[in-house]
Amino acid sequence: MKVITANELTFGDVVYWTKAHDWQPSLQQAQVLDDGDADGALELAAESVNRCEVVAPYAFPVRVEHGRILALSAREQIRARGPSVRLDVGKQAA
Amino acid sequence: MYRYDDFDARLVGERAEQFRSQVLRRLAGELSEDEFKPLRLQNGLYLQLHSYMLRIAVPYGTLSANQMRKLGSISRRFSKGYGHFTTRTNLQLHWTRLIDVPDILRELAEVEMHCMQTSGNNVRNVTADPFAGAAADEIEDPRILCEIIRQWSTLHPEFSFLPRKFKICVIASPHDRAALLSHDIAVQAVRNSDGETGYRVSVGGGLGRTPYLALEVGSFVPKRHILAFIEAILRVYNEAGRRDNLWKARVKILVHQLGIDEMRRRVEAEFAEIRESGMLELPPAEIERISEYFAPPDFEDLSGECPEFESAKRQSKQFAAWVKTNVHDHKAPGYALATISLKPIGLTPGDCSSQQMEGLADIMESFGFTEIRVTYEQNLLFPHVRQKDLFRLWQQLDALGLATANHGLVTDIIACPGLDYCDLANARSIPIAQEIARRFADPGLQAELGELKIKISGCINACGHHHLGHIGILGVDRKGVENYQILLGGSGAEDATLAEILGPGFDSEGIIGAVENVIETFRQTRKPGERFLDTYRRIGAAPFKERLYAH
Ligand code: SF4
Repeated sequence: MKVITANELTFGDVVYWTKAHDWQPSLQQAQVLDDGDADGALELAAESVNRCEVVAPYAFPVRVEHGRILALSAREQIRARGPSVRLDVGKQAA
Repeated sequence: MYRYDDFDARLVGERAEQFRSQVLRRLAGELSEDEFKPLRLQNGLYLQLHSYMLRIAVPYGTLSANQMRKLGSISRRFSKGYGHFTTRTNLQLHWTRLIDVPDILRELAEVEMHCMQTSGNNVRNVTADPFAGAAADEIEDPRILCEIIRQWSTLHPEFSFLPRKFKICVIASPHDRAALLSHDIAVQAVRNSDGETGYRVSVGGGLGRTPYLALEVGSFVPKRHILAFIEAILRVYNEAGRRDNLWKARVKILVHQLGIDEMRRRVEAEFAEIRESGMLELPPAEIERISEYFAPPDFEDLSGECPEFESAKRQSKQFAAWVKTNVHDHKAPGYALATISLKPIGLTPGDCSSQQMEGLADIMESFGFTEIRVTYEQNLLFPHVRQKDLFRLWQQLDALGLATANHGLVTDIIACPGLDYCDLANARSIPIAQEIARRFADPGLQAELGELKIKISGCINACGHHHLGHIGILGVDRKGVENYQILLGGSGAEDATLAEILGPGFDSEGIIGAVENVIETFRQTRKPGERFLDTYRRIGAAPFKERLYAH
């Protein structure tokens, strides 16, 4: 399973592509896609690059456990939360 | 300190305004990301994991109180209340918003700062010995040549499209406090048998995927010809350096493919041509003019013992410990250099809060310090402190959380931002540094171990100089899981060597145990007083390997 992510253009914040075809800040709001659907969804999501909403969208692997979306790689876990060494900054601080 | 002339001021101001209009055009959709990216990179703006990161140049690592105060204020208002000093002696703000960057650049320009030459395939921010102007063994202030190189190379048409980035370092002492030979060009002031000052020039150093130490191309380049000589190197590089493969484009690859003799021959040929044309000859008056900016402060005559200093050391053990590790001899009697460790146990190496930056600016003003230095080891340094002021200085640093007594010891670890911030990272560096520092936090143990340099990079790009660590750690990606290789025997000092990989990597817990085992092996085999590096050089890798990989 995959989720599509990017950074928002104006502020640079990490955002995720949702079912409503917009971008939201929390990984839990993301649309979880079957691997086979990720390419098509990425193409659609990439249109918002032209609309100056986000930069550099890509898909990454996740799994869903007890209804929560979990990123598989350390990189995406850190992007979703914030630096592991500064719990007072990033999304985890909110 | 160097002060901008009208040309510099106009250039930096115009550049900030130019970027403002580029940002507005980007936000309005008139520039695509592909078109905009090289423009933002030219202004030191990267997109990283969580946000944009702005890299602010600190030319030759020197800052005034005003500049430090401004960095504190900018990092508070436009980032998240801290900044990160890097091994290139720059300051990175990891939480900048694109729309704020034009304002940040304008404010930086007000204090004669900018973000140019912190990215891209040009001559990057030139680095220097942080002891410049204060070292007892120095031939001249290396920043004079740094500034000459900066002025000559900034926006130089021939060098704005080099095959790859280009790093120059200048020192002027036999002691290397700047990792000299890891640079593309390494310049060291030397004296010939007639007592004249010139430069020994080496070329082709660099870390990253293919680490090399620079090799000598000129044993004594006369002062007035140094720019011509450097330009000759850059011409050879521009002409013959590879552009087809990012990983093979640095000058180190060219030097090692051609061989140093052929490189020397080509550089000599170009050099002869440039020298003959008379262009680029440095007139003594120009050297003199730039030198004036770096004139040392008027040192008071303070010869003889300083009773206040001696009694403070007797009264406070903590102060005495800090003096032992963080205070260094100065060329002027009664003065000292003081390293401000940015490595408090368990915190992020190189990080400095906005409040600390402003506090340091206050200290500078109250003590009358005109300069503070950034070191490649991710620490700060006051170059000219009267011994009699050291105790009061230490107290004030301590109040800011900046009096950790660990310079050069096992907890004074270099760590790049790694996977906590960096888009290119494979693994985290900072938590590894923090955990090692916690395990070896005991001051007695640190003192017993003596000089021991641990350097950690989160990927092969080697911003954390792992090849130069007595113990180096490199983060790699093993199927999405962080993994760490251990290297031993590197040095970034005058006895420079590249560290060698010991064997298979470890997971994030395992690497801490591995470092403990390596250090334990050292403790069991060292001769009294021997440094880790010297023990390693004496006994080789085998005993360490055996201990780590025995079963
Ligand atoms: S070494 Fe790699 S992970 Fe570390 S800062 Fe450099 S590019 Fe990023």
